[in-house]
Amino acid sequence: MKHLISVLVENKFGSLNRVAAMFSARGFNLESISIGETEDAEISRMTIVTRGEDQIISQVLKQLNRLVDTIKVIDLTRQPHVERELLLMTLKLTKTQQHEIFELINVFKGKVVDIKQKSITIEVIGSPDKINTTIDIFRPYGIKELARSGAVAIHRGE
Amino acid sequence: MHSSGKTLNGSEIFIECLRRENVDYIFGYPGGSLLKVYETLYDVHDIQHILVRHEQGATHMAEGYARATGKPGVVLVTSGPGATNTVTGIANAYMDSSPMVVFTGQVPSSLIGNDAFQEADIVGITRPITKHNFLVKDVKELAATISKAFYLATTGRPGPVLVDMPKDILNASCNFEWPETVEIRGFKPTIKCHINQVEKAAQKIAASKRPLLYIGGGVISAEASQELQKLAIQLNIPVTMTLQGLGAFPGNHPLSMGMLGMHGTYWANQAVNRCDLLIAVGARFDDRVTGKVETFAPQAYKIHNDIDPTNVDKNVKVDLPVVGDAKNFLAGLFEVMPKTTENRDPWLAEINAWRQQCPLSYSNEDNALRTEFVIEEVSKQTKGNAVVVTDVGQHQMWTSQFYTFINPRSIITSGGLGTMGYGLPAAIGAAFGIKDRPVVLFCGDGGFMMNIQELVTAVHHKIPIKIFLINNSFLGMVRQWQELFHKEKYSFTDLGDSNPDFVKVAEAFGCRALKADNPDSAKAAIEEALAWNDGPILVDFRVVKKDMVFPMVPAGGSISDMLLARLNPKTMV
Ligand SMILES: Cc1ncc(C[n+]2csc(CCOP(=O)(O)OP(=O)(O)O)c2C)c(N)n1
Ligand SMILES: [Mg+2]
Repeated sequence: MKHLISVLVENKFGSLNRVAAMFSARGFNLESISIGETEDAEISRMTIVTRGEDQIISQVLKQLNRLVDTIKVIDLTRQPHVERELLLMTLKLTKTQQHEIFELINVFKGKVVDIKQKSITIEVIGSPDKINTTIDIFRPYGIKELARSGAVAIHRGE
Repeated sequence: MHSSGKTLNGSEIFIECLRRENVDYIFGYPGGSLLKVYETLYDVHDIQHILVRHEQGATHMAEGYARATGKPGVVLVTSGPGATNTVTGIANAYMDSSPMVVFTGQVPSSLIGNDAFQEADIVGITRPITKHNFLVKDVKELAATISKAFYLATTGRPGPVLVDMPKDILNASCNFEWPETVEIRGFKPTIKCHINQVEKAAQKIAASKRPLLYIGGGVISAEASQELQKLAIQLNIPVTMTLQGLGAFPGNHPLSMGMLGMHGTYWANQAVNRCDLLIAVGARFDDRVTGKVETFAPQAYKIHNDIDPTNVDKNVKVDLPVVGDAKNFLAGLFEVMPKTTENRDPWLAEINAWRQQCPLSYSNEDNALRTEFVIEEVSKQTKGNAVVVTDVGQHQMWTSQFYTFINPRSIITSGGLGTMGYGLPAAIGAAFGIKDRPVVLFCGDGGFMMNIQELVTAVHHKIPIKIFLINNSFLGMVRQWQELFHKEKYSFTDLGDSNPDFVKVAEAFGCRALKADNPDSAKAAIEEALAWNDGPILVDFRVVKKDMVFPMVPAGGSISDMLLARLNPKTMV
């Protein structure tokens, strides 16, 4: 089963490496990992997407906790949370498809961030599921390049 | 923060911090990035620097010292090759949870990342084999970092910590401030066990007809032997130990069942198979212990106490996890134990029958010299009171079987990593820490060559270790697997034609040496070695070449696959 884990780590050189290296050393699945600063400049938040049976996930959580640089580890999967991902995608732009592409961008509440004669770069934000769908739908129009941020997530407020 | 108001350079701060940590020995080797530290060390007399002859030797010495004394071992090496030479020793300490702090010199901060002369990313290299590691980026952080390193190495589950110190940091000066307390927000090990879990465990123990204590090295590092003995003896529970747990419970007590696992005793493994309750304390269900996990202790309700929560449910799913310190657990159990417990006499009788059925034995008909005899004789002559260090191989497993360990901190051996070359330096380190008990080393003829250079260190410091070289002219343990499982193809394991004359080698190093090739001369040589305290002494025991260690549960096998004797190795019990 897919798990979404939020990890608060010391904002120190090597913290990301320690986490990523632990996943590979122990053979845990690592679907995505993202990291950024938090409201406290000394602490970063990592959002990790992983997959595994309950026993594996329990090891993942314990091994994360064991790292000295990790301050808090929360499995958000079964708790109320908001999860978002950013997609940047450059598509081929042809006269014939232009219209359809713009319509779809609207449907997905995307934004045009760059436009050239033969290509268009768009930005879409949403749950990883929505991002998957977006990519599927746009694929027939010719994706030249895409980048995903990986999930970021946070508890829902009270 | 406590401020002493003194301005010191990085090297002086380093030494001052070691003083605050009550370090008495540094095992080290100098080099370019550490010149300033060695300049400072020149005038330091309250901390002794031991010059090793290879940095791997320094790490094993530090670990031997740590395991013998319970205090953290300290290593100091230069950048690049000095640092990379410590990797095996750090990995070894990590696998066996030994407290150790390794200080590496590093190229100047401004050159890091430039492939500078003698640069190695030792923090990157050792990340997966240290409990934690640090690169010091500012001399003002040096003291706090060192105090954190010692705290981490010795708190909770012990382990190695590395501190990488760039050359410019060791030269720069600042006001020396020693932090009186250490606060690491991401590191809060659970020491005290949850009382509900302890109570549940006590009830299970009281109600069990066939309980078994499965004891690991965690009981020794928690200094919990007294608590274990009290519990086991008063409740009449048999005790089996892992390689690192030997000595936690006296091997000469009727409740002691010796070691379990691959080369464990027949009766210990049968008991694991039959017990209705398994109480694992400070042990981690390693594959050398469990064999096939699906058939490990199949009838048992499993209680697992460990200070490291990641050990729980890692290899074997347990019924009752109790995270916390072993001493706290064992003492706690005793306090809440119900007044009446089940009668264990029938269970102990069952175990005794197994013990009689297949005791540990060896042939002594032909007057040939056998390793088992040597070890048993050393055990008798030292009355189980020695600090016994081993290398890795057959002689190591025979030591677990034929030396009767009475006290904790009596076996020092590479269990988790199985590092050949560990024994000699570890024995030297142990002897620096322990002066009132003999330190004996059982070492194979293969492994002895892997850190033989440290013989100089022992000779130079007149370290009175007894080096009992078990010379079977083979990489015996590998040879055994080749005989049993690889069509008797003795591929590159015969050392007979290439081994040196170890007596001459030892003498060239300035070490006294004897030879023995039959039981009588062996007995005399052991007596002589134990009486000699003017530096190290080596005895070259020419033992039979082709013995095998039994019982043996083949890797990944079940208790029912246990091999009992060489005569018919295919016989399953
Ligand atoms: C550094 C290292 N290399 C290889 C091995 C694999 N190995 C395990 S036991 C063994 C043989 C050891 O031979 P020896 O030191 O003579 O001891 P014996 O088994 O003969 O008692 C070997 C090669 C190891 N454990 N460590
Ligand atoms: Mg040998």
